[in-house]
Amino acid sequence: MEKIESKIKQLDFDADGNLVHLEDWDKEVAKELAKSEGIELTEKHWVVIDYMRKVYEQTGDAPSIRKLTKESGVSTKELYSLFPGGPAKKAARIAGLPKPKGCI
Amino acid sequence: MYERIKKVSIVISKGSLDGVYPGLIMGNGARMEGMDAMLFFTFFGLDAIVDSRMDKITVATVGNSAMRMPGGMKMPTLLGMLPGMSAFASKMMKKEMEALDIPPVREFIEMISDSGGEIYACKAAMDMFHLTKKDLCPQVNEILTVGEFYERSAGAQIIFT
Repeated sequence: MEKIESKIKQLDFDADGNLVHLEDWDKEVAKELAKSEGIELTEKHWVVIDYMRKVYEQTGDAPSIRKLTKESGVSTKELYSLFPGGPAKKAARIAGLPKPKGCI
Repeated sequence: MYERIKKVSIVISKGSLDGVYPGLIMGNGARMEGMDAMLFFTFFGLDAIVDSRMDKITVATVGNSAMRMPGGMKMPTLLGMLPGMSAFASKMMKKEMEALDIPPVREFIEMISDSGGEIYACKAAMDMFHLTKKDLCPQVNEILTVGEFYERSAGAQIIFT
């Protein structure tokens, strides 16, 4: 674990705390990023993370919360309890993506 | 560095599409940022939480000097009064909003409520329009007097729209 944490310390982050180089991301990095947010990743978290990464690959931006809840099968209520204190932003950070650009 | 805003209390007082949406977007946006949000609907803004009216929110084309036609040409204000103009403009705007993933009013209210945002109706306006709790959509937490509104808004930035 210590090795992974030190790996995270070596990575570049932008002013928002999101990874600068998307290719630095892997599942272990995600776990450590989640831990820094006080989140222990469950299967439901991974549904959100995988979906966000898929949309980012296709569109170049993270999905809106509306799109996310409609298409990933995770409800708004669940999403807010999975990622307390700002779901879209936190999920994007853990998924290794930049801060979402949308307003919704 | 200024302290982050922790809570917003948004008053929605107008019942047109452009009167209702800014407050909804700001309220939802606050929750997305992890801030507490409460929405207080008053006067014609109540239409956005009245069950039988919330699906029929339209753009006011009369007296709207910023109105433009599709393509961006300015619309002469007199045209705004033509029959069907408000319906047409509303349809166009709803299409644009859907493309941006901005939900219809009912879905937006559900989304804000599900995200933990609180929805309140103004007592004075309810009485004025002869409305009761059963006229409102189920997401409305409570009907508040102005005094209660201020109590609940403790610590919040109050935004009037």
